[in-house]
Amino acid sequence: MSALTFSLREAPSQRLDLSPLVPERLAGLSATEIAKIELQTTRERVCVGNVFSLRMGDAGEMRIDGHERFDRIGCAMASGEIHVEGDAGIQAGRLMRGGRLTIAGNAGPWAGSGMKGGTLEIKGDAGDRIGGPLAGEMAGMRGGVLIVRGNAGARAGDRLRRGMIVIEGNAGDHAGSRMIAGTLIVGGNVGTLPGYLMARGSIVLAGGHEVLTPTFADCGVHDLVASALMAQYVQPYSGELATRLRQPWRRLLGDMAVIGKGEIFCPPA
Amino acid sequence: MQQLTVNGIRIDDTFAEAFGMRATALVITADSAAWAQQAATTMTGFATSVIACGCEGGIDRELSPGETPDGRPGVRVLLFAVSTAELQKQLQNRVGQCVLTSPGSACYAGLDADERLKLGNTIRFFGDGWQVAKRYGTKRYWRVPVMDGEFICEATTGLTKGAVGGGNIILMGASRQSTLAAAEVAVAAIHAVPDVIMPFPGGIARSGSKVGSKYKGAIASTNDAYCPTLKGAGTTELDSDIASVLEIVIDGLTPEAVGNAMRAGLAAALDFGPERGALRVGAGNYGGKLGPHHYHLKELLP
Repeated sequence: MSALTFSLREAPSQRLDLSPLVPERLAGLSATEIAKIELQTTRERVCVGNVFSLRMGDAGEMRIDGHERFDRIGCAMASGEIHVEGDAGIQAGRLMRGGRLTIAGNAGPWAGSGMKGGTLEIKGDAGDRIGGPLAGEMAGMRGGVLIVRGNAGARAGDRLRRGMIVIEGNAGDHAGSRMIAGTLIVGGNVGTLPGYLMARGSIVLAGGHEVLTPTFADCGVHDLVASALMAQYVQPYSGELATRLRQPWRRLLGDMAVIGKGEIFCPPA
Repeated sequence: MQQLTVNGIRIDDTFAEAFGMRATALVITADSAAWAQQAATTMTGFATSVIACGCEGGIDRELSPGETPDGRPGVRVLLFAVSTAELQKQLQNRVGQCVLTSPGSACYAGLDADERLKLGNTIRFFGDGWQVAKRYGTKRYWRVPVMDGEFICEATTGLTKGAVGGGNIILMGASRQSTLAAAEVAVAAIHAVPDVIMPFPGGIARSGSKVGSKYKGAIASTNDAYCPTLKGAGTTELDSDIASVLEIVIDGLTPEAVGNAMRAGLAAALDFGPERGALRVGAGNYGGKLGPHHYHLKELLP
């Protein structure tokens, strides 16, 4: 069975909330029923049928044309696959529990916010606070894997609790801020103060760093089994980064401004 | 006793009687195959029989770097005990004293099962608060700081309640040398069978036992019916041409694995021939009433 496809008719006139378009909600619905689902975020009513032309198929495999005004794509999805052909707005894959969400273009801020499981892959760049909590939430991402092939904005992995974030490009300021646990790997450069106020967890700065948080304690260079184990897990998601992980790293313990049980791995030199 | 003859070797029409056991498996890795082997050997020392060792243990097989969780050379170890509580105790004591201590070692689950035993979940306390947990996918690992770096230990490992202990073959020959030679080729053949171990020294036991003793407090004593020096002195199972008897005891994760191992050992001993090896092959049982698993030799012949 072919994929359930949403082709864009014309650019939306307002930001749209695409969170209803997840496999488990659309399974078993007819084209008419899907076309009637409301997506508006303003008083002007917009249904799926107004924005997309539908080609029916297996709801477990969806293809959606992207647009930077499409917010909350794949929000809370639990299974199946969603491929976004283009950009995504804010909160793509927020609270997702399972399945696979792929965004071919760029994603806005809070991509993967609070996600619990599954795999979110952003082939372009991602905005600020990927995986992070919304205001008032205690924890950010708590499971699953979030991959950004391009660059990510500030505070990537804010309050990360569990799971893994892999950024192949650069990350902005305060990467891994307030991390509770989990793993954040950055292949490129990072902005200032990575790991700011992190309690536990691991940050790998494979591409080095400029301004390190002064409250991290240098524990020297080590060839650890832990990085080999991490590399084995990263391998299916990013072969190139996995290869780079299999080398000695300088281990910094911190953030000593809080409980200091987290770690930053950075290149030995 | 009725006997068949294959390749000039007499085969008793009897069966090995084996028992249900609890078992678990571990993967131990190290920077070199030799050090993985060292940790595994140390951990499975003094683990020949549940009679006095608490558990029976041994090395199932060596693992190439591609087969282990951390990409280093490894060894798969199996551990068998009569109860889950005893297996848990033996596991944590042996991993704590023998694997944690071994240079460069790491320890992972070697059995995928729903029921779990604690592995790193008990060893982690050695970290005195410096230990760190990492979860990758569905697996959780503990990183315990030690003097050569870190000891990595998976949080739990699988437990099977369907394991079998006490599969065996008894090799009888004209001399100590020829009987040992036959036993050695059988052991080598059984090493190739997955999911089994032979817990005795080099896989071979020379002091097969019977249940009970004339002395109070001894639960097992020498199997006098198979002692060649007692052939003339009462009940013996041995023929006049037999002067040495050795037993290979096999524990396996499944009844099928034990059967496969006995089949492989039997085939190797028969193939080795009577001139330089065993003249007769038998198996140990207790009349069939004690153990639920019966392995009839005639059904395992090549």
